[in-house]
Amino acid sequence: MLAIKDFAVSFRTRRGEVQAVRGISLDLAEGETLGIVGESGSGKSVTSYALMRILDAGGRIKAGSAVFEGRDLAQAAERDMQGIRGREISMIFQNPRAALNPIRKVGHQLEDVLRRHGRATRANARAKAIEALEAVRIRDAEARYDAYPFELSGGMCQRIVFAIALACGPRLLIADEPTTGLDITTQKAVMDLVRDLTRERGMSSILITHDLGLAAEYCDRLAVMKDGQIVETGPAAQLFADPQHPYTQKLVDATPRPGAGLRDLLPIEARTPLPDHAPGDRALVQVRDLVKTYPGKSGPVHAVKGISFTIREGQSVGLVGESGCGKSTTSSMLVRLLDRTSGDILFEGHDIADITADRFVRDKRRSQIQMVFQDATDSLNPRHSARQTIADPILRMSDLRGPALSARIEELATLCGLPLPLLDRFPHQLSGGQKARVGIARAIALDPKFLILDEPTAALDVSIQAVVLNLLADLRARLGMTYLFVSHDLNVVRLLCDHVVVMQGGEIVEQGPAAQVMDTPSHPYTRTLLAAAPKPPTTRTGTAKTAAKSAAE
Amino acid sequence: MAGRTRAIGMRLAQTVPVILGVIVISFVLTRALPGDPAVYFAGAMADEQSIQQVREALGLDKPLVTQFFLYVGDLAQGDLGRSISTGQPVLTDLAARLPASLELTLSALVLSCVIAIPLGVLAAVRQGSWVDHLCRVLVTAGVSLPTFFTGILLVYIFYYLLGWAPSPLGRLDFIYFEPPRVTGFYLIDSLIAGDLETFAATLRQLALPTITLALFTLAPIARMTRAAMLQALSADYIRTARAAGLSRGKVLFGYGLRNALLPVVTTLGMVFSFVLGANVLVEKVFAWPGIGSYAVEALVASDYAAVQGFVLAMAFLFVTLNLIIDLSYALIDPRIGFDTK
Repeated sequence: MLAIKDFAVSFRTRRGEVQAVRGISLDLAEGETLGIVGESGSGKSVTSYALMRILDAGGRIKAGSAVFEGRDLAQAAERDMQGIRGREISMIFQNPRAALNPIRKVGHQLEDVLRRHGRATRANARAKAIEALEAVRIRDAEARYDAYPFELSGGMCQRIVFAIALACGPRLLIADEPTTGLDITTQKAVMDLVRDLTRERGMSSILITHDLGLAAEYCDRLAVMKDGQIVETGPAAQLFADPQHPYTQKLVDATPRPGAGLRDLLPIEARTPLPDHAPGDRALVQVRDLVKTYPGKSGPVHAVKGISFTIREGQSVGLVGESGCGKSTTSSMLVRLLDRTSGDILFEGHDIADITADRFVRDKRRSQIQMVFQDATDSLNPRHSARQTIADPILRMSDLRGPALSARIEELATLCGLPLPLLDRFPHQLSGGQKARVGIARAIALDPKFLILDEPTAALDVSIQAVVLNLLADLRARLGMTYLFVSHDLNVVRLLCDHVVVMQGGEIVEQGPAAQVMDTPSHPYTRTLLAAAPKPPTTRTGTAKTAAKSAAE
Repeated sequence: MAGRTRAIGMRLAQTVPVILGVIVISFVLTRALPGDPAVYFAGAMADEQSIQQVREALGLDKPLVTQFFLYVGDLAQGDLGRSISTGQPVLTDLAARLPASLELTLSALVLSCVIAIPLGVLAAVRQGSWVDHLCRVLVTAGVSLPTFFTGILLVYIFYYLLGWAPSPLGRLDFIYFEPPRVTGFYLIDSLIAGDLETFAATLRQLALPTITLALFTLAPIARMTRAAMLQALSADYIRTARAAGLSRGKVLFGYGLRNALLPVVTTLGMVFSFVLGANVLVEKVFAWPGIGSYAVEALVASDYAAVQGFVLAMAFLFVTLNLIIDLSYALIDPRIGFDTK
């Protein structure tokens, strides 16, 4: 149905022409689901935009053809493409809330598409739009018709983007990272819906993602892209079990999966033995009946409703839950950037909750509690070099100056695996992984006892995530730090944490040793979370335990 | 809907302290100005005694606090006082002159919007093309040429050299009669009276000052439209709309421009309030009987009542203008609901 041959896309930039896609060839059969997997910069999204001919200014198809049902999309006139887009090929995008016009009712956005492709008239547009909303299983579609995107959840917005894509009955759906930024249970709901509806209608689909596990679960066939080229294609299970190309092998290894340890995520040659890690018995942080209530438009919002847990010295505790569960509020209160409404936070036996956030800055314990922030890019000052960034907390909270300071910064960079020549670069000159290292070096600069990690790998590619997670494990052993690891990714939490706290709606629903919570969850919500995580097929490097487990399933 | 009415009421209530503040400040400031109105109005030949007489007649011999309460008392009855230079009640003066300024300002803004918004949109859509360059040249010229200069230049070319424009003396050529007063806007009043000839004459008279002001106000509006449009067009929802096969016009105007309008409306409000106070230069060049020249003359003469009346009228205008802009925000962008405040 779609035959892509020697397809190449380039962009004009100030530094000359950049080849984003370098001659790829792919075939897609009727009713087939193809996954295009690759890390950022691999050209996978550019390929899909080029197929739709919606490349940004400066981008153009340089060579090759993409024949869709007898027409070459690379050569088609713009007028013909307008008829093809939305009616024969449609797309859904990442970040669904931004993908909808913020100031137009979602029903009207649907009508725009329906009427454009002659599927509705002025008279029946409303009814047809509601029908289209019902088709993506939106309950109470009539009421949703009048909603604006900002009034809807991310998952609901993605359903509406999907409804727009499906409205005119296309033959091919291209999904570009459709679940990035969505919660894990929402991700599953959206992906299941996409799979069910495309199957029902006999549509073909292309799923573009960085998540190999997700692609393997939902696609018939996978194509792995790197630097604008396809390095390997094959059936999903086979690709996982027996990757041919070294890059595929690296991706498969780096994907967190049950049964694989932290070191298993790294390439074979980097798998040194993991340092011993045994938490002590003394409690470092005790949280007692912690409550946070925000004043809201319609009454107070109870973000955290009286939670209690203990973090022992040297322990790594995972704080898990979906967006809005209160995990970020909790971590902000623990790091003392946010004041609690009531409750105690004991740090080494002393209550620090009474010290307000703006006074805690000058407290001597400030250096003991540090944080690694979620977005490595946004949490670095763009006008500070890596060296200045790492020096910042030292200058503020210790007396180290001059050569001793430089020596300390270089020591920290070496600890975090940041090459010394990169220290004088600015954030925009560093890669995502390097920025993450700078963020970690800054956080450990004052030898903190307690480090709060707020989804430190959420924005990173899997292979970089593997390296950063291993770095965190090494640092923990070396510096004897205690971690609170905030994440929505249970597979990642299982790798790094000894103890897991599961939060839902501002309350702790379950906590216990990581293995116990993961393997024998007692609360239904934990079971839902675990079930929603994509389950990659067995790998060659997987242990016998995983093999036995997947056989049991 | 009831919530919205209440919210507008709240918004109106917030303007009360602003107005009160303006009353106090304008009173104090006019008194603080150097110059004694009694000396000014008693004339060059006056002696001590006649100056004192004038001072008593104007009520300036009383303590400041007493003067203030007398002034507020008059205000409460709708009496803005009497201008000593024109001899008319200030309210009458303002009612005669404000429409002249408003007519000029509004027609200039309409003209500059009609030119600037499409120009900004085109410049954003065809970035780097000749339209974009034209936009840049116009914007630079608009902000760098002072209005009195462009005004005189236009008069020189179109009145003196070409003779296309009527003499730049006021709102209407002396051979025409003023249309019967309904709104104070000659364009509207002449239409109401069905007098097309007067309408055309008003239009001819209005053309040059309008173009002068429009050239000046065009710059910020075109600039902001271009920037806002560029930002809107790079948004994700534009990509979604294109991927859904919507037509180019729908994508550009239905999705792009409507989202870009918010900063444009903000700029429009700022430009309007700025121009209303600052078009005194244009009024002087074209002998326009507007509020700007009135205020300057009153200020020179230390004509307290007139200056205070002018400041108060402007404050009322700005407050109304801000209210209208806030309301139009809510109309354009559903996210700015009044109930969320």
